[in-house]
Amino acid sequence: MFKSVLTSVLFCLASLASLGLPLAQADIKSYEFAEPEMAQRFVDLTTVLRCPKCQNQNLADSDSIIAKDLRGQLQMLIKTGQTDRQITDFMVQRYGEFILYDPPFNKGTLVLWLAPFGMVLLGLWALWFFGRKTSGQGAMLTPKEQQQIAQLLADNQAQHRDLKND
Amino acid sequence: MSVTTKRLLLLLPTLIAFALGMFLYQGIGQDPNKMESSLIGQPLPNFNGQTLLSPSRAVTQVDMLGQPALINVWATWCPTCRAEHEFLVGIAKQDNVRIFGVNYHDQRTAAQQWLQELGNPYVFSVFDPKGVLGIDLGVVGAPETYLIDAKGVVIDKLIGELNDRTWPPLRTKYLSLLEETN
Repeated sequence: MFKSVLTSVLFCLASLASLGLPLAQADIKSYEFAEPEMAQRFVDLTTVLRCPKCQNQNLADSDSIIAKDLRGQLQMLIKTGQTDRQITDFMVQRYGEFILYDPPFNKGTLVLWLAPFGMVLLGLWALWFFGRKTSGQGAMLTPKEQQQIAQLLADNQAQHRDLKND
Repeated sequence: MSVTTKRLLLLLPTLIAFALGMFLYQGIGQDPNKMESSLIGQPLPNFNGQTLLSPSRAVTQVDMLGQPALINVWATWCPTCRAEHEFLVGIAKQDNVRIFGVNYHDQRTAAQQWLQELGNPYVFSVFDPKGVLGIDLGVVGAPETYLIDAKGVVIDKLIGELNDRTWPPLRTKYLSLLEETN
């Protein structure tokens, strides 16, 4: 029983994997390089460079003409020994910073980069601001009140015990 | 804390929600495909090409200089290019606008036939079957139209169809460039 469930789960996972992965990377694998290090850089760069024609696909995923052209260009640039920096500069020069999935920190992206920290600060401030009243006075009980609570808890427990014994 | 500050504080979430709403509202209707070309203000890239009509005729960016002009990226597989073609022929003939073509990712015979049938508005078209010049121009797709001045500096760029709605603002710039040159 357990064995059959396990096999079917494994089968499902395997078919999912065979569906998903090779599809996304089919074209990427067809670009050949002399050294595995270059092939790895090709995979890395096509992942972080955005297809200029598409709203949300990188160069590796897109099938548009321009993405194919840029993959070819990228292969050529890597083969001629350009560094990653030189390659991203080449792309930005032609297609603007739109092409970078990881936008650089500059005047235009200042808000984009700093907004999350601002939000966290705002949240912390709000926590402090709205929380300070309750922690000060509300939690403090007089000795008499504490005694009352202890009494109530004890009574409650005793009642429970009685019910169980019935 | 006084009562007034407390009341003002109650307004704070509403104000934040309102500001966020305004910010998001102005984004509605904006074209996400619109982006500033990084070539604007830059000179044309150097290239060595051949014309569409005669493979033996070599052309470079220098052949496009001397007067302000349009550079129109087109292809026979591109329906919008077909839609704007008549308009291009019109402004080339009637207004004497200098237009250069970049025949982008296309087949030579099909493109030649297209010009024969629909008219040729171009001084010449650079034959760019592999999109090499396209990459250097920062072409994203066809059609695209660049406005250059007499020295070959890119002044403006239009992604999409050139028609009687998109041409007038470019035309104004073109005419003032023309005045500067003469």
